[in-house]
Amino acid sequence: MLEPDGTVDETLVPALSSEELVRLYRHMLVTRHLDERMFKLQRQGRLGTFARVAGQEGAHIGAAFALHSDDWLVPAFRETGALLLRGIPIEQLLQFWGGDERGSAFPRELRTLPISVPVGTHMLHAVGIGWAMKQRGEKVAVLTIFGEGATSEGDFSEAMNIAGVFEAPVVFFCQNNQYAISVPYTKQTASCTVAQKALAYGMPGVQVDGNDVFAVYQATREALERARGGGGPSLIEAYTYRIADHTTSDDARRYRLQDEVETWKKRDPIDRLGLYLKDRGIIGEDDTGRLVADIEEEIGEAITRFEAIPPPEPEEIFRHVFAEPTEPLRSQEAELMTRLARRR
Amino acid sequence: MARLNIVEAIEEGLRQEMERDPLVVILGEDVGRDGGVFRVTDGLFEAFGGDRVIDTPLAESGIVGMAIGMAIAGYHPVAEIQFSGFVYPAYDQLVSHASRMRNRSRGEFTVPLVVRMPYGGGIRALEHHSESMEAIFAHVPGLKVVVPSEPSEAKGLVASAVRDPDPVVFLEPARIYRAIKGEVPESPYTIPLGKARIVREGRDISVCAWGAHVRTVREAAQRLEAEGEADVEIIDVRTLSPLDSEMILSSVRKTGRALVVHEAPRTGGFAAEIATQIMEKGVLYLRAPVARVTGFDTVPPLAKLEDYYQPDVETVAEAIKDLVRF
Repeated sequence: MLEPDGTVDETLVPALSSEELVRLYRHMLVTRHLDERMFKLQRQGRLGTFARVAGQEGAHIGAAFALHSDDWLVPAFRETGALLLRGIPIEQLLQFWGGDERGSAFPRELRTLPISVPVGTHMLHAVGIGWAMKQRGEKVAVLTIFGEGATSEGDFSEAMNIAGVFEAPVVFFCQNNQYAISVPYTKQTASCTVAQKALAYGMPGVQVDGNDVFAVYQATREALERARGGGGPSLIEAYTYRIADHTTSDDARRYRLQDEVETWKKRDPIDRLGLYLKDRGIIGEDDTGRLVADIEEEIGEAITRFEAIPPPEPEEIFRHVFAEPTEPLRSQEAELMTRLARRR
Repeated sequence: MARLNIVEAIEEGLRQEMERDPLVVILGEDVGRDGGVFRVTDGLFEAFGGDRVIDTPLAESGIVGMAIGMAIAGYHPVAEIQFSGFVYPAYDQLVSHASRMRNRSRGEFTVPLVVRMPYGGGIRALEHHSESMEAIFAHVPGLKVVVPSEPSEAKGLVASAVRDPDPVVFLEPARIYRAIKGEVPESPYTIPLGKARIVREGRDISVCAWGAHVRTVREAAQRLEAEGEADVEIIDVRTLSPLDSEMILSSVRKTGRALVVHEAPRTGGFAAEIATQIMEKGVLYLRAPVARVTGFDTVPPLAKLEDYYQPDVETVAEAIKDLVRF
């Protein structure tokens, strides 16, 4: 729908207002700039290892932009922009990636599960939540996001299969960024596309250009609508590319050529939307600069708030293991506190 | 009071919990129309319908993973794994998610889930149908592990497991599913998790067991009493996690001797945990080393060799005598 030069197929453009388009563009920019700032923080020792998202803003933000506030999001770990869209503050995400459990206490009313690190295991939770929503008669859907590497996991197959059987209102959204750390798509699966896997589970599957935020949004909106209306699950493959390393501990130069990265930079999802917005006069030539300055300030303030958060107390280790602490936990907590008191 | 076996007692417990709370749902392989391969859920599909007694595809990780999502969304799922030997694909879901969703989300999302499964040998079954791997569940922070040993216990413990706000692994000793009948109160009741039970008071030795081997120890104790060899105190541990260390220790302080019996392999088995706790807090009361009667560090053998592997009355009685005479 949206070409790298910002031109569009008018017949396919989603019905988004100018305000919505600017909001979408801003979210994508925030996510990109946050990713870059986080990388610097990590290199300065002010943040822990984190999963980078640069290049994938069109995919996961386009998808999450189609969610209603009462829908659910069941994320993996490379969906920073989607989490921001759901209302998780930047400083809370920094707190999580900074090694503080309290950062993953996403308020339950946001219907957004915490970041899930074990690849591919979280999609089943989306199926269970979907089953529950359907059972309760709530006309909502569940969006679960994962990478193409996750489609090799057994739980992907179980989740797709069970969702199909129970007609669970789940949208399986694959960010096919073409690498599972170093392993390229062709060594991950012999399927030509991820989308075609849907066929085997009796659900619709569609492949979209993951760097075309309009295409992603439109496909996800349709799949979510179908799910909310009782039409069951769908699979969407967003064909995209991870411009950055897998995480801050990775060096992608070991397994892919810079030429390839440069090719994909020309298909940048944010640039594409920016060109469109300028072409339509929705934003002016200077607006992007102002927007970026504003975003940098917002991120800077969030970093200040993040770094002002006092570290967790040691007894936080023992919180939330069970609803009520068990006797072994109480005595182990006392043991730690005694040990610390002796050292003071 | 009705005389029920363990299968019937668990079924009654589940039925009453489903009547009490419409959010309690059962899911698993063959649990619906078939009533479960051991018939534990027999009649529940007819009583509550397919939306609450759910036949799932044949996928253990899928069952537990889906149940986690159901629990996060407010339901109280009771998932059945057909045999504990098939739980391993779901172990990841239990360890990586069920046990820690509360922790990960700092209490925002919780998993009030029960995962039931028949476990243990003595039923002349195929490979993978006689596993006794309770220790791998008890080792996981955030999981509770419950093992009933007789019908009235099974009903009260399963009700507590269903009402518990956290994930509970409920191991049902297949060997005594139908072998033991007992009086079971008809009205609903619960037995608190985390509390052991003195099955039989005695002066000479404290013997800890759970599941099917409470019966083995009981028979050994009766024999030794008749022979005038020993007065045995028996502790049904009931909940391996959280463990009721206090009851075990106070018994050992009284008797000065301790034996732990389980059919699971010896190395790293749960007896090691109990023995260590006795050594840490009760060593000055001991008049003999803490001992254990367990399965061997082998694959549980098939039917022809099974009896050599399982703790039996004779072996337990010998071990008790050795300790009393130490």
